[in-house]
Amino acid sequence: MENFEPTLLGLIVLLPLVGFLINGAVALFTPGNKGVSTWVGPGVVGLAFLIAVVNFIGMFGAELTAPIVRSYWSWMPVGDLQVDAALQLDQLSILMTLIVTGVGFLIHVFSVGYMKGDPGYARYFAFLNLFVFFMLTLVLGANFPVLFVGWEGVGLCSYLLIGFWFRDREKADAGKKAFIVNRIGDFGLLIAMFMIFAHVGTLDFVGVFAAAPETFVYGGAVVTAIALFLFLGAVGKSAQIPLYVWLPDAMAGPTPVSALIHAATMVTAGVYLIARSSVLFALSPTAMMTVAIVGAVTALFAATIGLVQTDIKKVLAYSTVSQLGFMVVGVGVGAYAAGIFHLMTHAFFKALLFMGAGAVIHAMHHAFHETHQDWDAQDMRNMGGLKRFMPKTWIFMWIGTLAIAGVWPLAGFFSKDEIIWMAAAHAQGPFEVVFTLVWVILFIAAMLTAFYMTRLMILTFHGENRSGPGGRHIHEAPAVMWVPLAILAVLSIVGGWINIPRPISATPILGWIPPWHTEWLHYWLAPVTATADNVFRTRVGELLEVGPFGGGEAFWAAVAFMIAMVIIALTTVWLGKQERKPAVETPPYRGFAKVLYDKWYVDEIYDAVIVRPVVNGSRALWRYVDDGIVDRAANGVGSLARGLGWLGSRLQTGNLNVYALAIVAGALLILLTVVGL
Amino acid sequence: MLTESLVLSGVLFSIGVAGVMIRRNAIILFMCIELMLNAVNLAFIALAQQIGIEGHVFVFFVMTVAAAEAAVGLAIIISIFRLFETVDIRNFNLLRW
Amino acid sequence: MTEFIWWVFAALAIGGAAGMVGGRNPVASLLSLVLTLFSLGVLFVLMQAHFIGVIQIIVYAGAIMVLFLFVIMLLNLGHDYRTDIRNVGWITVGSVLAGFMFWLIARTFLEFEELAVSGPGVLPEAAAEEHGVVGAIAMTLFDEYVVGFELVALLLLAAIIGAMLLAKRRV
Repeated sequence: MENFEPTLLGLIVLLPLVGFLINGAVALFTPGNKGVSTWVGPGVVGLAFLIAVVNFIGMFGAELTAPIVRSYWSWMPVGDLQVDAALQLDQLSILMTLIVTGVGFLIHVFSVGYMKGDPGYARYFAFLNLFVFFMLTLVLGANFPVLFVGWEGVGLCSYLLIGFWFRDREKADAGKKAFIVNRIGDFGLLIAMFMIFAHVGTLDFVGVFAAAPETFVYGGAVVTAIALFLFLGAVGKSAQIPLYVWLPDAMAGPTPVSALIHAATMVTAGVYLIARSSVLFALSPTAMMTVAIVGAVTALFAATIGLVQTDIKKVLAYSTVSQLGFMVVGVGVGAYAAGIFHLMTHAFFKALLFMGAGAVIHAMHHAFHETHQDWDAQDMRNMGGLKRFMPKTWIFMWIGTLAIAGVWPLAGFFSKDEIIWMAAAHAQGPFEVVFTLVWVILFIAAMLTAFYMTRLMILTFHGENRSGPGGRHIHEAPAVMWVPLAILAVLSIVGGWINIPRPISATPILGWIPPWHTEWLHYWLAPVTATADNVFRTRVGELLEVGPFGGGEAFWAAVAFMIAMVIIALTTVWLGKQERKPAVETPPYRGFAKVLYDKWYVDEIYDAVIVRPVVNGSRALWRYVDDGIVDRAANGVGSLARGLGWLGSRLQTGNLNVYALAIVAGALLILLTVVGL
Repeated sequence: MLTESLVLSGVLFSIGVAGVMIRRNAIILFMCIELMLNAVNLAFIALAQQIGIEGHVFVFFVMTVAAAEAAVGLAIIISIFRLFETVDIRNFNLLRW
Repeated sequence: MTEFIWWVFAALAIGGAAGMVGGRNPVASLLSLVLTLFSLGVLFVLMQAHFIGVIQIIVYAGAIMVLFLFVIMLLNLGHDYRTDIRNVGWITVGSVLAGFMFWLIARTFLEFEELAVSGPGVLPEAAAEEHGVVGAIAMTLFDEYVVGFELVALLLLAAIIGAMLLAKRRV
């Protein structure tokens, strides 16, 4: 195998930054100019993708065991703390780079159509490019501080893009909510970084993960604390319980932003962080159990809310939270490759679904605009029967739906079932019962996924049209919007074939995909997760071949596939028969459905338990501590100075003779000190 | 005559100091300052006999500065007089508390 | 003879100074000051400072004092004056402070002579023999202290402009 040298590694990160600068300049100086942004915005991301592909091909040929670290300059040389501005290229980071730039490029192209006519066109592309820059910094950074820069940067861009239409109070508030909730997670990440430095003495990935197995006691308190703090960061960024509340609100941003940031890339940063720090998690079974439980509960909880939502983007948002829960379970049980695999396939089909929804919203918005209808363009109750008007979008969305529901042979089938199976396969050691429970929960969540996605499709595209007079004005999306959808649809079909579990490829019908794809991603990521896998193997044991209730991987995958098919079929029949009316004529939900529709009242509970006490406490602090003590002390110092100044001013008689006397007295004093009495 | 000259210088300087403290006429205050400068000049000249001709140079500088100071000071007095119609320093108390 | 002249002019200088501080009429005070300055000029000459003595009389006692006199006349302070000497209390305090200062200065100077300080510089007598009376001071002034000389020239220029601006009726 030949040696591998990365090609223009820095340029991958730098290109989107250049795009940001150009688009930013356009937004500042010639806001009306759209030609530059149309080419520069998607162009720089496309170029970065091409460079990433060149590097990937190079790595494909070479046998790379250690990550390639390129240090550009010394960033924070403080005593023992030596932090370089360095990029790291390995199997995991190139994969993330390909997803970010590839899916990112398609979404940029889609945005050209979606944002056409928006006055903030150049500003939009500037922010989007900046986001890609920070996201690449996050995934390519070679140490925790560089990752943190990207981490904070994507948070900033997320805030900027959620509040993109900042004149709308609600949308600006949604941006703030995302930013503030993320702060809690960032706090955890920072604490974890401090602890890592205190115990290992470096923050470089290579150094930390090489030293960790010797430095930390297996299952010790320190490594558990570090892993849990890292996980707190991941919980904030990847929208897990209890910090998931910002993600549904984040749908206030433009729909391509939801697709790029809040579905495909940024929210998966937490999963990436856990996969990257797999060694630390593997050393702490308690932390892994916590991760798995949180992920599983999130997957089920978000799925239940998604069952009854009427806003098309809200359904997708809760679906995203739920799927992120799957990924977190994947990396939580120790199946890092499975988690990353689902991250990748999810990026394909969720970006596809979001952009499909974007195309629908775009069409509805224009239709309602034509007829001056004051109806909600995102409410599925106002849609229905759209397949007649938008056949391409309809097909692509169905592909995405089948993929996310786990229908063979689409991407989601392989990735999701691998995660579900891995939860079962890891059900051994001290937390056997917990992992079994996690496995059951995921199974239920997967069934709910099939239901709510089918419901979304039926309500949106099937049945009678409920758009009122606006229905006549609905048109298919332009090519610049549906071509990216088509590409993503293809990826949603074939994307799963790169990592077909061995038991499945050995099965008669399910294994019809060519065998050389078997567990490719698993082998590809093996160098990255080798240390963590070793820890698990030596401490706990080999993975199980048979699940807790009997049956191997292929058996349960087949069961899940059957159930998904049955649910899709039943849902189609059941919902297809129901009579529906537009949103304005529909009665509100009652009973348990209302609890689900109102999201289990989590926002209200947070408001009562956290927000209000903090606000009231702050108000009390302001009234009594700030006004009463701090301000009074400051004013007291001021009054004291005034008083002393008043006393001193008595000396200023304005009489020159007195001044002369004072000068003479002073001169005498000096003279006395010099010559003595 | 060195000691006597220096003591004389001290006498003249002290008279100037006393004058600054007990007079109220701005012009007389100025004259007292001139007197003090000259007392210093006397000390310079007396010491120059023993130390070197630099003393003369410094007297020259003192005179120049005194001339500049007199010019500016008297100009100030003129403009003050224009405002208050007097040179009695009791009237110039705007800097008081 | 020289010593006698020295004592006479020393006495005149002190008398002039006292007359200036004690005089009630500004013009009389000024003329007393002129007397003091003239006497000091004579004392300078007696102490081998011929050039300085001469400019003391011409520039100081002449030009600068005429400037004072001119201002006094211009402001019409020469007559109709009220007393501007402060009360006995002030006179006592001022005199005590001034006397104390004199005591300290005189004591220092007396100690100073005991030290018999001498410098490395050229003494005025020797310099005058070599370069002449004016040349002696010019050699030092334009050689070692030329920067100071130029700065003083600048200061005079600034003073001229400043005085003009201050004394003008409207700027």
